[in-house]
Amino acid sequence: MSVTETSGDTGRAADDGGKGAISDRARAERRLGWWLAGPAFVVMLLVTAYPILQAFYESLFRYRLTDPGAREFTWLNNYVVVLGDPIWWRAVGVTVLITVVTVLIELVLGFALALVMHRALKSLRPILRTVILIPYAIITVVSAFAWFYAFNIGSGFVNAWFDWVPGISADTNWFGEFGTSVTVIIASEIWKTTPFISLLLLAGLAQVPEDLQEAAKVDGATWWQRLYKVTVPNMKAAIMVALLFRTLDAFRIFDNVFIMTQGANNTEVVSFLAYRQTISRLEIGLGSAVSVLLFLCVVLISFLFIKLFKVDLASARGER
Amino acid sequence: MMDEGQLSRGTKVWWWVAGIVILVYALFPVAWIVSLSFKTPSDLGTGQFLPTDWVGDNYDNILRGDAQDLFLSSLRNSVGISLIATFISVVLAMFAAYAIARLDFPGKRLILTTALAVAIFPVISIVTPLFNLWRNIGLYDTWPGLIIPYLSLTLPISIWTMSAFFRQIPWELEQAAQVDGATTWQAFRKVIVPLATPGVFTTAIISFFIAWNDFIYGISLTSTEAARPVPAALAFFTGASQFEEPTGAIAAAAVVVTIPVVILVLLFQRRIVSGLTQGAVKG
Repeated sequence: MSVTETSGDTGRAADDGGKGAISDRARAERRLGWWLAGPAFVVMLLVTAYPILQAFYESLFRYRLTDPGAREFTWLNNYVVVLGDPIWWRAVGVTVLITVVTVLIELVLGFALALVMHRALKSLRPILRTVILIPYAIITVVSAFAWFYAFNIGSGFVNAWFDWVPGISADTNWFGEFGTSVTVIIASEIWKTTPFISLLLLAGLAQVPEDLQEAAKVDGATWWQRLYKVTVPNMKAAIMVALLFRTLDAFRIFDNVFIMTQGANNTEVVSFLAYRQTISRLEIGLGSAVSVLLFLCVVLISFLFIKLFKVDLASARGER
Repeated sequence: MMDEGQLSRGTKVWWWVAGIVILVYALFPVAWIVSLSFKTPSDLGTGQFLPTDWVGDNYDNILRGDAQDLFLSSLRNSVGISLIATFISVVLAMFAAYAIARLDFPGKRLILTTALAVAIFPVISIVTPLFNLWRNIGLYDTWPGLIIPYLSLTLPISIWTMSAFFRQIPWELEQAAQVDGATTWQAFRKVIVPLATPGVFTTAIISFFIAWNDFIYGISLTSTEAARPVPAALAFFTGASQFEEPTGAIAAAAVVVTIPVVILVLLFQRRIVSGLTQGAVKG
């Protein structure tokens, strides 16, 4: 009896090893861990790290596919060209505009949706959580077409339905100028992605302690006060994660712009600019430079979020 | 949370109103594209939401008529490529998630951080170099040429979602079963597999949605019906004749590709919601 107990203890002590010498068992576990997780890790690096390095390399050349003979190493000249071109800055401006507007509206709208879903009647809740998934799951291109055809003169109903609104008439061309085009692009983006943000916020809401709410209620706090003083501070982590993901996602917007305007009326966004340089104009060097710059923008945004807003993904995931 | 019996009639009415607003919000654009798909070309410009006559010509066109080559081949490509990419990433992620949830090894954080970094990677930045490389090594406009980059979309979310699910599995049950006389394999198969299946399954659905949704890779790395997926094909649709807008055909094709998504959502709503939120918030 006592013998088995002792051997059991030594076994456990070996398990805990790692403070001092690593036991064979811990070493075997490490090896197994990497054997299991390694393939996924390597594949992730292969499909992203390799292309971005390749893009950086190609961005150092003046290189057009239609004229391979003229390929020439030009150092950072492509970056000078891109950064010196108003087209790039306009694309950045449009992208930032779309990102800021969509994310802010989505945050408010998504929060409202989450509050309704959180508190909705028992009979309604499953229905709401099901329908809200439909915009999330639908193909972005399909959603872009739906919104495009709804507003487009030749096929839409929006002009006919809203002709009583000042400025809208039967022949309002929504895709004829910048302001209206961007409005429709933003609307379709908001429709499609708000459900995602609202589901993240809903999960955050579920983590707000119910007794805190009750205590605030007893103390006579109004609904708004409870929202500001209790609910929001307690789900700050969820809000920040939702914001970070959506900001980065919105900054990469491409599908809606491609379907609705193809960048017409100055609605070109950064992703579309990179696409146009590479795929349409076959300017591999310039396109790569735009791609690398876009990548750097995304890194910068993540960095700002993590530093300025102190988004701690680990704590948000409950790892603390 | 709330007991319906305790609510006053007025409050109840407000909840129903809020619920209906959400229903309309979510379904309105879908209803519109369905309605559009049943319109005749002459019915398009009327400014009406619903068709004057409901006709199935557009479906006939994409499933049996002139547009069938373009549409059906793209449907085959989309289904095949998305399923294979999903399968590969779910298998790879399953091993990784098992290791992350169950084993103690240095680099766990590194793997999760890498997955996060890959998830926020701008797709177009991958397209540019791949476009050139794929043309040189013959992967341009092929299934593998899309499956490989699709992994950059599906693998990170699979790892996050599945490791979140696996963390919640009570792994002690495995030992308990062994104490009760089950072999290691039996314990794994009878106890762990049933507990892990929902997580794997949910991950597969979410991963499939993401692959199914891809547009940038689809238009950039394909040029013919050999590999072009549905979203890309929609953007290149042409009308029944050269002088006709492809509006009706696009709407009908859009409805067809939305049906599987709606079915998956209806069947697995609860799981999808928990999968989406666990991966990102709770873990």
